[in-house]
Formats: sequence, structure tokens, C-alpha cells
Amino acid sequence: MKSRSSAQRRNLTQQIGFIFLRLVAIIAVLPIIAIIVFIIYQGAPAISLEFIFGFPSDGMRSGGIWPAIVGTFFLTLICALVVSPLGIGAAIYLAEYAPDNRWTQSIRIAIINLAGIPSVVYGLFGLGLFVIFLNFGISILAGSLTLAIMTLPVIITTTEEALRAVPQSFRVVSRSVGATQWQTVRRIVLPQALPGILTGVILGLERAAGETAPILFTAAVFFLPRLPSSPMDPTMALPYHLYVISTQVPGMSPQIQYGTALVLLVFVLGMNLIATIIRSRARARRQW
Amino acid sequence: MTITNKIVTENLVLQYSDGTESLKDISMNIPVNSISVIFGPAGGGKSTYLRVLNRLNDLANVTTVSGKAHLYSESGDFIDILDPNLDVTALRRRVGMVFARPVVLPMSIRENLTYGLEIAGVRKRSLLHEAIERSLNQAALWEEVQDRLDDPAMELSGGQQQRLCIARSLALEPEVLLLDEPTSGLDPISTGKVEASLQELKKNYTIVLVPHSVQQAARAADYAAFFLQGKLIEYAPGNEMFTTPQVQQTADYIEGRFG
Repeated sequence: MKSRSSAQRRNLTQQIGFIFLRLVAIIAVLPIIAIIVFIIYQGAPAISLEFIFGFPSDGMRSGGIWPAIVGTFFLTLICALVVSPLGIGAAIYLAEYAPDNRWTQSIRIAIINLAGIPSVVYGLFGLGLFVIFLNFGISILAGSLTLAIMTLPVIITTTEEALRAVPQSFRVVSRSVGATQWQTVRRIVLPQALPGILTGVILGLERAAGETAPILFTAAVFFLPRLPSSPMDPTMALPYHLYVISTQVPGMSPQIQYGTALVLLVFVLGMNLIATIIRSRARARRQW
Repeated sequence: MTITNKIVTENLVLQYSDGTESLKDISMNIPVNSISVIFGPAGGGKSTYLRVLNRLNDLANVTTVSGKAHLYSESGDFIDILDPNLDVTALRRRVGMVFARPVVLPMSIRENLTYGLEIAGVRKRSLLHEAIERSLNQAALWEEVQDRLDDPAMELSGGQQQRLCIARSLALEPEVLLLDEPTSGLDPISTGKVEASLQELKKNYTIVLVPHSVQQAARAADYAAFFLQGKLIEYAPGNEMFTTPQVQQTADYIEGRFG
């Protein structure tokens, strides 16, 4: 009898623990759902063709946000063009070539630290290096480069993980039939790791698209009566625009604020969705 | 000129970077167009010896290899396998390797076979197709896969995958084929097919086989070498080795008194 009651007690403990853990998992999801529902509820009435494709008017209090959408798009695009080759190249070096020595370890520590730097510090760094020292001025280029440096550690880390996930035996077999290390990387490892790399790049860019601080001093302006015509032009951008209309414009209608937040959210979650699709498709097709 | 020995190794010593010696003073010759079997308990240096012969040890943390390892060609010329300046890629095309676990590359059956050739610069479709059909026939797999060469290689059964791995090595027309327990994961029927194809292949190739059992060693061996803890204990023609071993340790191992 005694052993039976202790078994019952253990069973009960397990069930309580299980319920508790399930509760925690649900709580973790709640804020995300709450944010999305709240933003959609508040912002959806503002969405119209004119809001998306129009220019701001009446000191931002009415009109649309098209220049900010275009600005964020180009900031993210140029950031991607700069950071992808750099980040992927660095990750290939670290995962495939780098010997395990102090030099490599210090590179890794540097990358980890790079990821921990507050984004506003990147903004100041970009101001000093790109805007002033390299004389790019407040421009899309300066902002994109700043975002690229900020995104670099994310892309290096995720790409390196994707490369390391490719089984070592593939590399040994490839070498054993006479392929060089580079041929092995290019023809076996990279194609197998590509979905993982793409996912990492998109997730990194998603963060870049939503950041305010790095473009605050390097690319973004309050208001521009026309669309930027070259990378050397300053630009409006969604996160900065949201910041401006939420803090700097008196008498702002909350509907436009939430409408802008909704557009930014769709922009970022859309990228997230693309990454998820790439990942799940690759997982279904993967043979190992 | 005809040669008798395809590979000559003398006083081969291999030391891992942590100081453990894996090969201790190995001297043995691999006769041409025959199956040489290297058997013995685990950890005896069998795989390490194979990996010296096509320099796959370069990928591991090996610090020092000393001694002599020469690969002879039909003309009687030889290359020094251990030469640090050797074109390792060219060596690996002449000395193919099949591993214990069948590792097919994540591509089609056809691409698995043409991968090495394309790396080597062969582009001509007719040559590639010739190599596919020849190598699959040699590995006794052609009948089973000829209608589905473009299917993913990973959909093949374990036995078929291992024969594909053998075919992949043969597609490069190597002179020497190294096999490291190629049938350890296979059922008896697949094992039989692989062993039968090895007996065919030795007419044109020099084969070095690490068997997965003493029984397989006895079945396959033209020559047999008994490795124990990094040392070559005995080396003799197969029919002598498995009937009248000269060294007590060899006899004990063959009879199953330790292992």
C-alpha cells in the first residue's frame, strides 16, 4: 500500500508539473498574439490605397506613408547586398577553413560582442564613419552600411550553423573522390546549407528593417517631399517615421500611428513568413 | 614491364597529434590485381593504414607519418604517397576509397557517379554515360537501377547504397580500391553480391579490403595481413594464413580466442 501511494504522489507531481509547463508555453505566445491583434484592430481602419501610396500632408497629420515604405525597402535591399557576401563569406571561412586556434577564437569572441552592442551605438558609429569621415552625408548608403554592420553577426552565426549542420561524411566522401576543399564547399556543402543560410539572412534583414536607432543619425529624415532618387539621398523610413509621428507631432491621430505600425509589422512578418516557407520546404525535401 | 607490387610500404609509423601511435613500423607490399585483406581486432590501425594510402589522414589530426609508401604504375614508375608536395587530388583518383557506412551524396544516382569525373573536368555526356553503365555493372547494381538513374540516391536500400559507393569509386577508373569494412551494415545477400563483385574486380584492380569478420577475410583474401595494436603481426597468402598461421597471436585470433 505504501509504495502504491508514493507512486500516486509521483504521478500527481508529474501532472502538476506538466500543466505548469504548458501554461508557461501559452503565456510565452500571448504577447505576440496580443500585439498583432491590437495593432490590427487599431490600425486597420487607417489602411487605404491613399494611405499606402500617398505622401504625408498637413505636417504628417494626414495623407500617406509611401516615401517611408520605399525608404525602408531600399535601406533593407542595399543592406542585404552588402551584408550577404560579407557574412556568408566569413561564415564559410569559420566553418570550413579556420583552424581551431587563438586567432579564430578571438574572431568568434569579436562576433559575439558585435551582436551585443546596442543599436544606438551602431547609429553613432555610422554617423562618425560613413556620414562624416567618408563624407556620404545623411544617405541611404550610410544607413544601409550601418545596418549591414549591425546585421553581420546574426548572419555569420546562422550561416555557420547551417554549414555545420551538413554531415561531415559528405565532405570526406567528396574529398575521397578527388575534390578539393573549395570544390567540396561549393558543390556539396553550400547547396545543402542554402535554405538555412537564406533563412538566417532574411531573419537578420528583418531586424535591420525594423530598427530605428542605426538610421536615426545616418539615413532618416523627418519629411521628404519626393522619393529618394539615388543611394546618396536621405530618405524617410517606416520605423523612424513611426517614432516621429508618435513623439514629435502634436495632435497626431492615433489611427495613422497604428496604421503605420501595422504596415511595418506586415513588412517584417512578411519577411518572417518567407523565411518560414523556405525552411519548411527545404526540410521536406532534405534527404539527410 | 609488369609489376608485382602495386603498393610498397616500409617502416611506416603514424602518430596522432595527442602522441598515440596508430601504426608501428609497418612494412608490407600490396600485390597487383589481387585482394589483400587487413584484419584484426578494433583499434589495430587497419583503417589508419588504408587512409595513409590515399592521404585521407590529411583531414584528421595526424601530426607525423614517417617511413615509405610508394604507389607503382604499370610502367614501373612510382610516386611517393607521403610526399608533402604530392598532388593529393590526382592520388585520390588513382586510389579510390569505400567507407564502412554507405555515404551517398544528396543527389541523384547519376550525379553520385559523375561527381568525381566532373570534378576532374570530364564534361562529355557520352563519356559520362559510359562510366555510369560500366561502373554500375562492375558493382552489380546496373540491373536494379538502370531505369531510375535520376532518382535520389538516398532512396536506395542500404545494400544498394553501398554498391553505389563502390560504383562511385570505380567510375573514376582508379588503379587501387580501398574498402573499409564495406559490408558491415549489409544483410548476407547484399554482402554476397559485394564479395562476388570484388572477385570480378580484382582482375583489373588492386584491392585492399578491411573485412568485417574473420570469415569474410578467409573468403576474400588472396593475401592477408594480421594487424594488432598498430603492429603487423603476420602477412601471408590467404590460404596459408587461415589454415596454418605461423604466429600464436594470429592463430588465437582466427580461432576466436580473443577479439
